Amino acid sequence: MSGHLITVFVPRDSAALSVGADAVAAAIRAEAARRDLPLRIVRNGSRGMLYLEPLVEVETADGRVAYGPVTPADVPGLFDAGFLTGGDHALGHGLTEEIPYFKKQERLTFARCGIIDPLSVEDYRAHGGFRGLENALAMSQAEIVKAVTDSGLRGRGGAGFPTGIKWNTVMQAKADEKFVCCNADEGDSGTFADRMIIEGDPFCLIEGMTIAAIAVGATSGYVYMRSEYPHATATLRHAIKLAYDEGWLGDNIHGTNRTFHLDVRVGAGAYICGEETAMLESLEGKRGMVRAKPPLPALEGLFGKPTVVNNVLSLCSVPIILDKGGDYYRDFGVGRSRGTLPFQLAGNIRNGGIVEKAFGITLHELLYDFGGGTITGRPIRAVQVGGPLGAYLPPSQFDLPKDYEAFAAQEAMVGHGGIVVFDDSVDMAQQARFAMEFCVAESCGKCTPCRIGSTRGMETLDKIIAGKNVDANLELLADLCDVMVDGSLCAMGGMTPYPVRSAVKHFPEDFRKKQHAVRVTHIAAE
Amino acid sequence: MTIVEDNRHLRGALLPILHALQEEFGYIDEQAIPLLATELNLSRADVHGVVSFYHEFRREKPGRHIIKVCRAEACQSMGANALVDHVKKRLQVDFHGTTADGAFTLEPVFCLGNCALSPAVMIDENLHGRVSPDRFDALAAETRANPTAHQQIPRALSHKDSHKGHAQ
Repeated sequence: MSGHLITVFVPRDSAALSVGADAVAAAIRAEAARRDLPLRIVRNGSRGMLYLEPLVEVETADGRVAYGPVTPADVPGLFDAGFLTGGDHALGHGLTEEIPYFKKQERLTFARCGIIDPLSVEDYRAHGGFRGLENALAMSQAEIVKAVTDSGLRGRGGAGFPTGIKWNTVMQAKADEKFVCCNADEGDSGTFADRMIIEGDPFCLIEGMTIAAIAVGATSGYVYMRSEYPHATATLRHAIKLAYDEGWLGDNIHGTNRTFHLDVRVGAGAYICGEETAMLESLEGKRGMVRAKPPLPALEGLFGKPTVVNNVLSLCSVPIILDKGGDYYRDFGVGRSRGTLPFQLAGNIRNGGIVEKAFGITLHELLYDFGGGTITGRPIRAVQVGGPLGAYLPPSQFDLPKDYEAFAAQEAMVGHGGIVVFDDSVDMAQQARFAMEFCVAESCGKCTPCRIGSTRGMETLDKIIAGKNVDANLELLADLCDVMVDGSLCAMGGMTPYPVRSAVKHFPEDFRKKQHAVRVTHIAAE
Repeated sequence: MTIVEDNRHLRGALLPILHALQEEFGYIDEQAIPLLATELNLSRADVHGVVSFYHEFRREKPGRHIIKVCRAEACQSMGANALVDHVKKRLQVDFHGTTADGAFTLEPVFCLGNCALSPAVMIDENLHGRVSPDRFDALAAETRANPTAHQQIPRALSHKDSHKGHAQ
C-alpha cells in the first residue's frame, strides 16, 4: 500500500461522541504516529448503527471495512491485527455495506449520511449532491411543485400532510415576501434522525430548503434548531457558511437570478415549539404560544407572510426527488404512504439506530429483525411509537404495518418514526402519569383542557396508582381525556391522552396493582 | 450592550439576544429585562414573558458546569429515573440546584437526541451515552478535576461567527 494514504473514518456524530469517538480518533492518530504509519482521518457522520458506535471504518480496495464498538484501549490491537488493510479482529464486521442491518435498508434520505465528510462541498458533490438543485434551477416553479406532489411525499414531522399541496398553496399566494422555515425542533423522545442528518449531511437540508424556496418564490429561510443539539447547530452553521462561500446560497445562486438567504435560529427548551405555529411565534422572538388555524401558515406564516414550514426529513427527501424524479420516490411504500421513512429504534433495544425502509414494514420486523429485541434480554412488553404523544402498543399489535392510515386507526402515530422500547419491568401506570406530567411541563397554556387538564390528569393517576376509588377515577380519567382531545387547539393537549388511553386499554392490570394489593392485605387480615 | 448591537439587525432579535446574554453571563439577570425592553421597543412584560416561557433561560447564576440529565421515555426505559435519583444524591442537589462548591448546576431535560444509547447526560455541551451511575461519577469527577479535558465545541463555529450576510 506504499504511496497510498489510507483513510480511516471515525464519526463526529453526537451519539458517537457520546460514547468516546473523539478519544478513539485521538488514539488512532497517536498510534499511527508511534508506528510511523501515515493515514488520513475523516470525521464522517454516523452510518446509523448506533449500537456499534464508535464505528471505525477503513477504506480498502474492496470497500469500507467496519470495526466497532471501538474504545481507545482497543486501538493498539487493531493496528496489530492489520486493520488498516481490513485485517480480522474480534471487533471486525467485514464490509460495512454488507452488515445485514445496513444492507437490508433502503437509504434514500440517508443515502450519504455516514459516507461523506459532512463539511466538504466537494465530497457532497461527488456523491450526487446539488444535482436536484441544479435540475430545479432549470425548471419552472410549477414543475418543481409537481415533481414533489407526484412523489407522494408527506410531512415527516408527524402530521403527514402532503408536501406538494402545501408548497402549491404558498406558490400561489401573492405577497411581497415569502419564507421557508425548517422545523428542526426534534423534541420527541426516541427520535434523533433530524440531528443525525444535520450532523452527517447538512448540505442535503440546505439543498432541500433552497429547492423549496425556488419552488414557492421565497427569498429567506430559517432553520429552527433545538438548544439541546449544540453539535448539530454548530455543524449546520458551518455548512451554511460553506454553501454561501461556494455560491449555493445568497444572491444569484450559481449565476441564476434566484436568491435564497438561510439562517439558523435556536429554540430554548420548549417542546411546544415543535408545533409549527408555536415555532413561528418563537422565530418572531415571542413566547411559543400556539396560534389558531386558519389562517394557515402557508398563507399567513412567519411575520404574517406566506410560509412553507417543513420538517428536516421532508426537506432532506426533496433533493433526491428532484434528482431522480417524483416517480422514483413514489415507487417505494404502500397505499398513501409513499417513499421511505428513517425509523429510529430507541430505548431498551439491543441494536438501536436508524433503519430507513419503505413504508409498510411491520413493527415486528423493526423490533426483532433489525433491533434484536431488548438490550436487557427481557421480553418486550410495550413500545411507544411517534413520540411522547403517541400510543403505547403491546406485542399483539406488532404486526401493524408502518403506514400513516393503519397507525392512525389505532390512535397511534407513525409520527417522526421514533420507536421507544420497554421491557417487562415497565410500569405502564407510571408511563401514563408521565405523559400527563410532560404535558404539565410543556403546555404553552393557551387551551384550558391542556393547561389545567394535564395537572388534573396527573393527580387522578396518582390516586389510581395509590389504589383510591380506582373504577371511579378511571372513568374520570377517560372523561378528562375526551375533553383534552376535543378541546385543544394542537396536538399537545389533543394527543397527550393517546399514551394514557392506550396504556389503560392494553395494560389495565398495571392500574390496579395497589387496589389488588390492598384487597389481598384485607383478605389476609380477615 | 454590544450584544444588543450585534443582534439588533435580526428579525425577531429577542431570542438570539437572550441566548447571547446567557452564553456570556450564564444566566439572564433581572436588570437586563428593562434594558432589553427599552432597546427593542418592547414592554417589560413582553421581555419577562419570553424569558420565563423558555426552560432554557436561567434566572440565577449557575455553577461552573451545567449537568443535564434526560428524563424522557427512551432514557426511562433504560433506568433514567434511578440515574436521576443517584445524581441528586451524589451532588446533594435537586433539579435547578447548584452544588455547595459551585461546580455544578443540575437541570432536567426532555430528550438529548441520543435515544439509542440511553440513558443520556449532557455536561456543558458534551453529550454522554449509556451513562450508568458509576460512569456518571467518573464523568463528574473528571469534569471537576480537569474541566478542559472535555472537548468543547469550537467557538469559531458557534453562532457568533455564523453567516450574517442577510441583515434586513
